[in-house]
Amino acid sequence: MSLMNQLLTSISSSSSALLGQDHLFLTRPKNVVLPSKKSGLCKCIAAPSTEKTAYKTKVSRNENMGKLQAGYLFPEIARRRAAHMLKYPDAQVISLGIGDTTEPIPEVIASAMAKRSNSLATIEGYSGYGAEQGEKLLRAKVASTFYANLGIEEDDVFISDGAKSDISRLQVLFGSDVTMAVQDPSYPAYVDSGVIMGQTGRYQNNVGYAHIEYMKCTPENGFFPDLSAVSRTDVIFFCSPNNPTGSAASRDQLSQLVQFAKDNGTIIIYDSAYALYMSDDTPKSIFEIPGAKEVAIEISSFSKYAGFTGVRLGWTVIPKELQFSDGFPVAKDFNRIVCTCFNGASNIAQAGGLACLSPAGLEGMQEVIGFYKENTRIIVETFQSLGFNVYGGKNAPYVWVHFPGQSSWDVFGEILEKTHVVTTPGSGFGPGGEGFIRVSAFGHRANVLEACRRFKELYK
Amino acid sequence: MFKVLSYSFMPCPNFLKPRASFKVQKDAIGTRTLLNVQKDAIVCGTRTKVARNPNMERLPNNYLFPEIEARQLEHEKKYPDAQVISLGIGDTTEPIPDVITKTMSDYALSLSTLEGYSGYGAEQGNKALRLAIAQKLYPDLAVKDTEVFVSDGSQCDISRIQLLLGSKVTVAVQDPSFPAYIDSSVIIGQASDLQPTTGKYQNIEYMKCVPQNNFFPDLSNASRTDVIFFCSPNNPTGHAASREQLEQLVEFARENGSIIVYDTAYAAYITDKSPRSIYEIPGAREVAIEVSSFSKSAGFTGVRLGWTVVPEELLYSDGFPVVHDYNRIMCTCFNGASNIAQAGGLECLSTEGVRALCSKVDYYKENAQILLDTFSSLGLKAYGGVNAPYVWVHFPGRRSWDVFSEILQKTDIITVPGCGFGPGGEEFIRVGAFGHRETILEASTRLKSLFL
Repeated sequence: MSLMNQLLTSISSSSSALLGQDHLFLTRPKNVVLPSKKSGLCKCIAAPSTEKTAYKTKVSRNENMGKLQAGYLFPEIARRRAAHMLKYPDAQVISLGIGDTTEPIPEVIASAMAKRSNSLATIEGYSGYGAEQGEKLLRAKVASTFYANLGIEEDDVFISDGAKSDISRLQVLFGSDVTMAVQDPSYPAYVDSGVIMGQTGRYQNNVGYAHIEYMKCTPENGFFPDLSAVSRTDVIFFCSPNNPTGSAASRDQLSQLVQFAKDNGTIIIYDSAYALYMSDDTPKSIFEIPGAKEVAIEISSFSKYAGFTGVRLGWTVIPKELQFSDGFPVAKDFNRIVCTCFNGASNIAQAGGLACLSPAGLEGMQEVIGFYKENTRIIVETFQSLGFNVYGGKNAPYVWVHFPGQSSWDVFGEILEKTHVVTTPGSGFGPGGEGFIRVSAFGHRANVLEACRRFKELYK
Repeated sequence: MFKVLSYSFMPCPNFLKPRASFKVQKDAIGTRTLLNVQKDAIVCGTRTKVARNPNMERLPNNYLFPEIEARQLEHEKKYPDAQVISLGIGDTTEPIPDVITKTMSDYALSLSTLEGYSGYGAEQGNKALRLAIAQKLYPDLAVKDTEVFVSDGSQCDISRIQLLLGSKVTVAVQDPSFPAYIDSSVIIGQASDLQPTTGKYQNIEYMKCVPQNNFFPDLSNASRTDVIFFCSPNNPTGHAASREQLEQLVEFARENGSIIVYDTAYAAYITDKSPRSIYEIPGAREVAIEVSSFSKSAGFTGVRLGWTVVPEELLYSDGFPVVHDYNRIMCTCFNGASNIAQAGGLECLSTEGVRALCSKVDYYKENAQILLDTFSSLGLKAYGGVNAPYVWVHFPGRRSWDVFSEILQKTDIITVPGCGFGPGGEEFIRVGAFGHRETILEASTRLKSLFL
């Protein structure tokens, strides 16, 4: 009897509660303030005590995993939020912590995905495995939409299930022997994936991981590192507009960066996930800088443009000109990684991506982005009116608020305790984030306004 | 809106090189197709000073399935009027039951509403889906929802498991086996160099699975490794390990303190009493990770959904639970399977979904039977096909790429040469049972005419 047949017989005798999965899956609680989408499933704790008699394998734990400091940042925030909600079950918790989109996906995009889903039930419309690099049309559309006139073509674009996965696949590509530099503060996945790959040494409190070059980005240096003080590394992770500081590097700064990479034979991994949040003429792609194609990879995502945080779709661009020291094209190895360690982004998500890049889709995304930008403006204004030094918020959906001399986890804790608003402590993004709080601008307007009201109460 | 500031740049005169061509070259172990990368590497422009990852250099060829696809394209170009039938890449062909696609479609639409919208999901997967997988696919096996990690498919999970385990573990694979185990092992740095004379990687233990040993390795002759990749029902041989065989395997793992990575992507195809999960074997929870997928049971090859089970009892030598590290990997290197795919997955496990999928699986199984009968009628020894959608046909004394080419040339049918799955696959051809019935019947007719 096949597994499925077995399932059939066991299901018929199971409780009906289980069979009402539709409502378990689709319903969201209807409070204005939304409960956690991540309900503390991640148990980020140190090694639990085990009984002496518990069977153990003889496989050594990967020592790189042991180097990681506690859990990944955002599940930690989720855990804190969940704990807070348990403590104060009546509190109206507002989450401006994890940068999670809250506004619905534009209808034209959602319909395209619905249509693709339905077509999978038909003979003519069904498709199985897609190209691991992504559907041709989508690759071409990404190239022409975001990289027109930059010499980036369809086959330079690799569609993925998002930037986070791409970052790890790039780390697997480069291997454990490369050295990396990151902005400090920076999106935690760059460092954490590097640790997991074995590129780093041990962690030192307030300093960071050994062997990582931390390029401080502070108000004093306009959130652009002093490259003359930076040692050469093989790889530089650079995110602009920046998460968490919100700073967007100027053309001049990026030209310096590209020159620095050229001089050092370094590869820049340029994260442009927030490019469309820019308010001014700052470059949206690293490839706008002459010479960048020989030194840079660009990663990006539909997450923050189309609300695809749950749908999962992004891309990586690797120019043909980018070569390893022996002349071997980086794109060829990445292609091999993508074919071996991945099996393509979901076809339904890709159909959504294509719709995103249609005229109506682009318009829809601009509206959503505009909405979050207005949120950002409200938050910036709030903190400025309270006399804080506020950074970011102009070119990114993040506001970077300075709390000089204070521990960011303490400030996080105080804000959470006294206003029931979740933010993100700056030190979660690296030692350079200490003394700052990141407030994300994703939220329903009412929640953002209410949060700002509470901030004003707390800090008046 | 997407203003790109124009600028002038000097394109390199040898700007674009065409894709590397595929050349067939013979080496010591037989005919292989090599992606002739060195010759076609871009030579103009500045090189970085970043050394190529030496592990990538240890992969001499394309991943197997893109290679097969390339061969198909080449053949189609050469013979534009040929009606090529693909029984190569194990790609599902039958539509997904509409009870499932409707759920995904409704879910997609709900994302455009205020009440229905959701952003990031838990990296480990939607709670209801994890629960459904645990309760419906592992009934009475004490698998908890917290031990189930939903993913975008087994190929990705295998690599994430390698990332988890790191470069220092030793690995054993069946020979032949699904190429992702070996290739991911090479990429992560476990495997050392490929030995041209044997076609085997120096640090990988190959456990031969051939008709003579009933496609189950002789464990008394196997060296200890940290990790054993084991796929049952097997891709490519189609063999489903018996309870006795799996008890031996678990015992072997326990004695050696090894971790089994057990791939059950084809469990839905089992016809007889062979175990569908490694956890049916007592003691397995302390030695095994199980990887599975909706691809071949639900036609989700393009939708992308799978899962991995890591039991709480599985501990490293220092007592640290493997599940905690796997959770950390999933939180750091992944961001959850697509929520739409997960909605589909949940529907797959509903009563109606299961019923509908059973008939799809049965359809492919009938295909497999037709192929089995075809090869048997030709006097060829064909294995598998009963518990898996693959038929493993023996061509004694012949090189599998030669047989592959002959079949392709003379019948326009794509298969997979057995040596693509490891040296133990030489002399065999894998024929997939995925296809429309008419296609399978047509293929059978052509094969009969070729081999009679």
